[in-house]
Amino acid sequence: MSTSATAKPVKLTLVDRWSALPKPAQILVWVLIALFFFVLPLMNLPIVSTPDAQFGSVLATVANYALVALGLNIVLGYAGLLDLGYVGFYAIGAYTVGVGGSLHGHINWFVLIIMAVTISTASGLLLGAPTLRVRGDYLAIVTLGFGEIIRLTALNSPWLNQARGITGIPRPPSTELFGLPSLVWDGATAKVDLGDGAKSIFLKFGLLDAVPYYWLALIVIIVVLIADKLLQASRVGRAWEATREDEEAAELNGVPTFRFKLLAFAMGAFVGGLSGALYASRIGSINPDSFMIQLSMMFLAAVVIGGQGNRWGAIVGGVVVAYLPERFREFADFRIVVFGLLLLLLANFRPQGLLPPRRAKRAQRADAATKELEGTEEGARA
Amino acid sequence: MVPLSTFLDLTFTGLVIGAIYALFALGYTLVYGVLRLINFAHSEVFMWGSFGAVWAMTLLGAHSGMNWVAAIGLLIVALVVAMLVSGGVALVVERIAYRRLREKHAPPLVALISAIGASFMLSEIMGLRDRIAGWVGLDGVLGDYVRQARENTSFPNPLPNVQVLAVGGFEIRSNQLIVLVAAILMMVALDQFVSRSRLGRGVRAVSQNPEAAALMGVNQKRVVQLTFFIGGLMAGAAALLYLLHIGVTRYNVGFILGIKAFTAAVLGGIGNIRGALVGGLVLGLAENYATLFGLASSWKDVVSFLLLIVVLLFRPTGILGESLGKARA
Repeated sequence: MSTSATAKPVKLTLVDRWSALPKPAQILVWVLIALFFFVLPLMNLPIVSTPDAQFGSVLATVANYALVALGLNIVLGYAGLLDLGYVGFYAIGAYTVGVGGSLHGHINWFVLIIMAVTISTASGLLLGAPTLRVRGDYLAIVTLGFGEIIRLTALNSPWLNQARGITGIPRPPSTELFGLPSLVWDGATAKVDLGDGAKSIFLKFGLLDAVPYYWLALIVIIVVLIADKLLQASRVGRAWEATREDEEAAELNGVPTFRFKLLAFAMGAFVGGLSGALYASRIGSINPDSFMIQLSMMFLAAVVIGGQGNRWGAIVGGVVVAYLPERFREFADFRIVVFGLLLLLLANFRPQGLLPPRRAKRAQRADAATKELEGTEEGARA
Repeated sequence: MVPLSTFLDLTFTGLVIGAIYALFALGYTLVYGVLRLINFAHSEVFMWGSFGAVWAMTLLGAHSGMNWVAAIGLLIVALVVAMLVSGGVALVVERIAYRRLREKHAPPLVALISAIGASFMLSEIMGLRDRIAGWVGLDGVLGDYVRQARENTSFPNPLPNVQVLAVGGFEIRSNQLIVLVAAILMMVALDQFVSRSRLGRGVRAVSQNPEAAALMGVNQKRVVQLTFFIGGLMAGAAALLYLLHIGVTRYNVGFILGIKAFTAAVLGGIGNIRGALVGGLVLGLAENYATLFGLASSWKDVVSFLLLIVVLLFRPTGILGESLGKARA
C-alpha cells in the first residue's frame, strides 16, 4: 500500500514553492503582510470596510476573536480536547482586570494583565487536573458546566457586583504623539487625508477610536503566533498530535499524555484569559451577560470552521465569525441560525474545516491506507 | 434549625422537578445507549414540545378555572401534541445531524459539533419566529403564537390547582401531584416497553452489539430512528409536565434544563433507563437541599453543575452503572 503513496508524481504546491524561498525573503514577505494589517484600518478600503459600523472597532473585535480562536485551537486542534466552556477563561481574564482595576482596586494596567493571565492559567490547571482524566465527550459536558459555573458565580456573588457588572475598567496607558494620515476614497482613486480625517492618534487608547486596540491585539496575535509555531514544531507539538490521534498508542510509546493534555489546557487558558483581559480593557464595562455560553459556541465555531489544528485556519475562522455579521448587519439577527447551519454543513460535508492542517491530510492518507488494508482483510475473511 | 414543613416542602418539590429531569434525561440515555453519542440537540426537542403544548392550548382556547373533565381532556390533547412535536423534531435531528455521519463512521467529536449546529438552528428559529412569520406575511394571523419571540410565553393551564394534603405548613397541590405521578407512570411504561416488547429487544440488541444485531436481522437504521423518536416522545411529555409545574417556556428554555437532564442521566448511569429515574430524583433533591445549607436558591444551578463534575470524576458510570444493553433480557 505504501507504494501508491510514493508513486504519485511530485507536484509543486504553493506550500512547496514557499518553502523553497530563501529565509530572508520569507521574513520580508511576513513583515509586509504584517504591515498591511497594521495600516488596514487607515486605508478605508471600499468593499472591505463596514458601512454600518466603525471599521476600526470591527477590526478590533475581529482581532479579538482571532486571538481567542488561536488559544482554543491549541486545546481543541492540537490536543484534541473539546472544551465547550472556553468562555470561562475569557471571563476570568476580563473579571480579573475589572475587579483589580476598578471594582476593588486601582492596580497598574500591566500588572493587571499579568494577574489576569496568571489567574486564568491557574484556573485552567485547577479545572484540568481532575477533569482531563474523563473521556472526550464527557469532558465537553464538564467544561460546559465549568463555563456556566463561572458566569453564575459572577451573577450571584455580591463581591463581583452581580448582574450590574463592572464599569470603568482601566484602559491601557497611552500617550498622544501625532495624528496618523488615512486614505479617503473617491471611486477608485485614493487621497491621503492629513487634516481632520486623521482621527487615529498615535498611541491614544481612548473611547472613540478603537484602532489602537486593534494594533495592540495584532501585536499580541503575532507574538502568540510565533510562540504557537515554535511550540507546535517542538516535541510538545508532536506529543499533542500523538495524544490527539490515539491516546493509548501515545501512552504506550512513552508520551505522558495526561501531562501534555494539561499543558495544552493551561496554554489555552492563558490565551483565553489574555484575550478576555484585552477585551475588558477595550470595552470598559462587563457584566455576566457578556459571557454567555453562546459565546463559547461562537469561539468553537471559529476554530471548527477555520480548520482545527491549523493556526491560520483558526484566524480565518475568527475573521469569518466576527467580521461577516458586522459587514452584513442586515442579517445580524439571523447569524446564529446561519452559524448553526454552517456548523451542521461543515460537520457533514467538510469535517476538517476550511483550512485543514497539512499534517492531518498526511494522517488521513495513512488512515485511508489502513482502512483499505482492513477492508481487504475483512473481504478475505468473508 | 429548619422547620420540618420546609424540609418536607423542599423534598416534595425536589421530587417533582426531579421526575421531570428524569423524563427529559431518557432521550440522552437512550441515544447514548445505542449510538454512544451525546445528543446535544435533545434540549431543543424538549423546547419545541413545550411550544407545541402551549400552542395547542391556545388554539383550543384553554383558560384557568375550567371544570375537571374539560381540563383533563384538553391536557391529554396537549400531551399528545407535545409528544408528537418533540418526537418529530427528534426524528429531524436524527436525519439532519446524525444519519450521514453515522453512515460515514465519523468521530464522536464531529457528531457533537453537528448536533450543536442543529441545536443552535432549532433554538434560534424559535427565537426568531415573529420575524419568520413576518416574512411569509402571516404575523397578523399567527399573532397569538409568534409574538415576543424572545420573551417568556406562558402556558394557559386549565387545571384547578387544589390543595390535596396539608400537614402543618406543608401542603401538596394537585398540579404537583399530577406531574410526579404522570412522570413516574411514563417511565415505568417505557421501561416495560424496552424490556418486554419486540422493538425494545431490538433497541437493547443494537446497544449491546450493533454488528451482531444486524446479523440477527435487526434493522439498525429503524432502531436508531425509534430510539430518537421514543426519546423525543418522553421529552415532549416532560415538556408538558414542566409547563404544568413552572407555567412558562421560552426559546432557550432547553439549554439549562438540558444540561441538568444530561446531568441526571450521567448521575444515574448513562445508557441505563432506571438510572435516569434515580439520577433525576437525586438531582432534584440535591438542588433543593442546597438551600438548607444557607445557599440562595439562585445558586442551585451551580450546585447541579458541581454535582455533575464531581460525579464524572469519581464515578463516571453513575449510580446504577451504564448499560442499556445489560438490562434484563
